[in-house]
Amino acid sequence: MFRNNYDNDSVTFSPQGRIFQVEYAAEAVKQGSVVVGIRNAEELSSYQKKLFAVDEHVGLAIAGLTSDARVLSNFMKQQCLSERLTYDRAMPLETLVSLIGDKAQLNTQHYGKRPYGVGLLVAGVDDSGPHLFEFQPSGLTQEMLACAIGARSQMARTYLEKNLDKFADCGRDELIRHGLRALKETLVQDRELTVENTSVGVVGPKEPGKRPLEAFKVHDGAETKDWINSIADDTETSGDGMQVDE
Amino acid sequence: MDHRPQAWGRPRDDVYGAYDASYMQTNQPNQHTQSPIVTGTSVLGMKFKDGVVIAADNLASYGSLARFTDVKRLRTFAESSVVGFGGDVSDMQYLDRHLTELAIDEAYTSTTTTPNAQPTLNARNLHKYLSKLLYHRRSKFDPLWNSLLVAGLDEAGAPFLAAADLLGTTFTSPSLATGFGSMLAQPIMRGLVPDEASVAQVTREQAINCVRECMKVLFYRDARSLDSYSLAVVTKDGVELSENEKLENQSWAFADRIKGYGTQTV
Repeated sequence: MFRNNYDNDSVTFSPQGRIFQVEYAAEAVKQGSVVVGIRNAEELSSYQKKLFAVDEHVGLAIAGLTSDARVLSNFMKQQCLSERLTYDRAMPLETLVSLIGDKAQLNTQHYGKRPYGVGLLVAGVDDSGPHLFEFQPSGLTQEMLACAIGARSQMARTYLEKNLDKFADCGRDELIRHGLRALKETLVQDRELTVENTSVGVVGPKEPGKRPLEAFKVHDGAETKDWINSIADDTETSGDGMQVDE
Repeated sequence: MDHRPQAWGRPRDDVYGAYDASYMQTNQPNQHTQSPIVTGTSVLGMKFKDGVVIAADNLASYGSLARFTDVKRLRTFAESSVVGFGGDVSDMQYLDRHLTELAIDEAYTSTTTTPNAQPTLNARNLHKYLSKLLYHRRSKFDPLWNSLLVAGLDEAGAPFLAAADLLGTTFTSPSLATGFGSMLAQPIMRGLVPDEASVAQVTREQAINCVRECMKVLFYRDARSLDSYSLAVVTKDGVELSENEKLENQSWAFADRIKGYGTQTV
């Protein structure tokens, strides 16, 4: 019935020092559909079917179990509201992400609990500028310049790594196009990005380094049409020197 | 040997006699603060074009007795804001320790990955937090018996000055004073900064001189005040806090014309 004797709960180490339940949770992330996030000095964007606004200045994208993601996202919404109530400020991203990191880690060391089966990309702007964080079910969180998680996300990450140097100087729309190109890399043969299967979440300062925010907004359906069209006949699929025949 | 575990480690009854349990209970209900004991008087604050001036004297009174003459009632927070305390001194000390803890926590939670980040609590955040703390305590019917002024800069770098009191009431204005100062000093300061628009015309020297003048008026007319005081100036360059200011050029010539002022000789 079980793959082995050591994966019944999240508090038993295998003789090799592995915790199988946590590894299974990481698998759940890989089975969720892909999300991509990019940030540069002034813009930040991420996409998928499931994009949530957490607060005016934070949004997240999920890969994995939606119900677990909602638990985390509701928790983050509450923390952000309470920060506004007690300090009258936007929750700093690093603080927010470390809160869910600790919350998720706790689930990996209590008998009878299970790890969250979801990975997150958390995007937002605070006093120290724009940030993108990756969250994993093990409780690991790290700040990224660009990241992709979910099914076949390795292709997207390869694209992002190749183009990493360009992001810093991109404008808002150019950065979104980079994100869409990365997303396109993950598609299986004969599939395309369409207005039905793509949404884009954007949050950023209105001007570089300025406080007034472009609040986190999810663009989907017709709103994404121009962006998708602008990369549709893009032959430059994986960065430099990969021209494909007409 | 007494084999009952509940008796282990306790003074033996056969040696010391039975414990007198009446020491453990009082006959009155538990009481919260119903009036302040050792108190500080007014705190003054005034905005000017680049920042805020705030001042409070160095006296802690025990009723009408001038008990402690070197109590500093202004404290800096995160090198960017100043809190001025009026009211109960022990509650001020409690808040002081509490704010130290808050500042340490904040210094640890921010700026660990982003080197040039500045998300420490600014004056607005600090004021909001203190007002919530004060309201929380008054809702427990155990108030912190203080009135506070918070001076500093807000997130946009503009001068920020606001008050909070033991009820959790908040107030903001280009010039503020607590306690006796709200009656004696506030009208004088309003002469210089009647509204927000006029703040931009006021220089640092004008503001400091006005506050010093008000401290003098308060020393003349507030029997719980002192001629040594602390004065802080908050600007974008940080906080300049001087804790041993002395009132200068005092003139008591007006006093002997007023019947009932000072010791009666007739």
